[in-house]
Amino acid sequence: MAPMIAYILHKNGVIDDTALELKSAAEMLEPEAVPVAVVMGSKKDVEGVCQEAARSFATVWKIENEALSYPNAEVIRPLLSRILPKGSIVLMPHEHFSMDLAPGLSICQEAAYLPDAVGFEAREGQSLRAVREEFNGMVRTHVACDLTQGAVITLRPGAFTPNERKDKSGQIIDKTPEAFQEGAPTLQRRFIELVEAEAGDVDITKSEVLVSVGRGIEEQENLEIIHELGKVMGADVSCSRPIVDAKWMEKSRQVGTSGKTVKPKVYLALGISGSFQHLGGIKGSPFMVAVNKNPKAPIFHVADVGVVADILDFVPKLSEKIGEAVK
Amino acid sequence: MEILVCIKRVPDTSENEITVNKEGTDIEREDLVYSVNEWDNYAVEEAIRIRDKVGGTVTVVSLGSEETEEVIRREMAMGADKGIHLMDPALEGSDGRGIAVALKAEVKKGGYDLVLTGAQADDGAGQVGGMLAAMLQRPFAALVNHIEVTGADTLRIGREIAGGNQEFSEIRLPCVLSIQTGINEPRYVGIRGIRKVASVEIPIHGISDIAVPAETVGKTGARVKRIDYFTPQLGKGAEILEGSDEEIIDKLIEILKSKGRIK
Repeated sequence: MAPMIAYILHKNGVIDDTALELKSAAEMLEPEAVPVAVVMGSKKDVEGVCQEAARSFATVWKIENEALSYPNAEVIRPLLSRILPKGSIVLMPHEHFSMDLAPGLSICQEAAYLPDAVGFEAREGQSLRAVREEFNGMVRTHVACDLTQGAVITLRPGAFTPNERKDKSGQIIDKTPEAFQEGAPTLQRRFIELVEAEAGDVDITKSEVLVSVGRGIEEQENLEIIHELGKVMGADVSCSRPIVDAKWMEKSRQVGTSGKTVKPKVYLALGISGSFQHLGGIKGSPFMVAVNKNPKAPIFHVADVGVVADILDFVPKLSEKIGEAVK
Repeated sequence: MEILVCIKRVPDTSENEITVNKEGTDIEREDLVYSVNEWDNYAVEEAIRIRDKVGGTVTVVSLGSEETEEVIRREMAMGADKGIHLMDPALEGSDGRGIAVALKAEVKKGGYDLVLTGAQADDGAGQVGGMLAAMLQRPFAALVNHIEVTGADTLRIGREIAGGNQEFSEIRLPCVLSIQTGINEPRYVGIRGIRKVASVEIPIHGISDIAVPAETVGKTGARVKRIDYFTPQLGKGAEILEGSDEEIIDKLIEILKSKGRIK
């Protein structure tokens, strides 16, 4: 049986919610396996995280060093490949850190790489049948991943039901000596600083109603119709990533995992396809209205009410009617 | 600086509806409009800007069928100096690892200081850059949204992390970086630009030109294989409002009123 490894993310000494999703995914892959949680960090952070992980995992490997006070994939990858047995199946959540770490780790481990899995369907011997998304979730694929030489698998956060049982009193094993036996890895990429996102003129994380615009707006000049709708509705205006990439709106207005996490009561998604990165920034299940000219847009899977229309035609008419209704 | 940018030809999601074909073996590819992967286009723009500042050359490389030449030429019209087209029947069906194997051989052959890829593609998984770096044993950073040349062999880079925050690091050359959208504003490519490079020869490299063993790439080398495509059935989905625009708007206003969002 291949060793099953869950790489645990944490921040400011607090374990990430995805740890419990890794655990249930590991159990799906290998019901008999005893997955090992790996926790890396500085002394200040790592102890509490290990103890929390030990409530869910029977074995926790602790690797503690000041070089790990900031998670630098270029340091963590060589350390992991020193301690992970060849043939391991390594699970981690799919986000910015694992995108940095995981592809290279699969090469160091000579293992398969299965990125951003949204489900596991079946396992036949050493072949795992998993589900992935392509084209922003418009289509899905079944893929076969060969586990013979182990695998590094990243999981879409929220896609696997977390295993909330915290009935273990796991053993914490200090793997620091083994990881640093050959000294610290040569530092080729040195962390300098973290620059926090600038606060904008409006704090969309506090807005009750958001009128949110995406690629469907097509041209910068067209944004006017969105601002007009925001005005007549008394709503704040936010956007999806392409609008910020095009520099048409401030980063502080961007909803999504790489932007702001918002929790409005009502969310109007206008010309937004609904990628998981965008949806990841919307919490608290708002009442969602989606307007998109593509009836297949994934946003219609999650919205409460949908309108299949071109926002360039539809939104001005909507503003006008609401304007009359409010008068 | 010698810069290699790895690009990919993909269906343009802003121009197409992506649907599954009847057999479920692929997406419906008839009438699809293709373009260069959006992330890769930002990477090429960034490479051109670096070259214009510090000198050197920008080469774009792409792996794929004959049509791939269009996107290589487009990026040359943008300002890349050279193009390389990797094409070989043995490369068909490669997974991310197989593509990285071929690109590694190309990097070794050309001796590049800096290799850029897009952070991801709509039909991909954001894996080739990180794999390539590990194969070359060069440092890597993913989701890069800022690059400054700070020394003969150092760059200051910013990575996009959660919540709109940016992580700055110093990285040594030679290295591999995967580029996030928004790092710059890619220049417009006009018809004239395309015409200028229309007759430039783009060498085609097969696996024998880059000394890649056939069994390490293509279907035989792949550890992750697509079985089929399907349309996701998620949740109950939205209630789609039907009727004329006026009727839809009236219904929508009623709904918003009931939510207390319009008085």
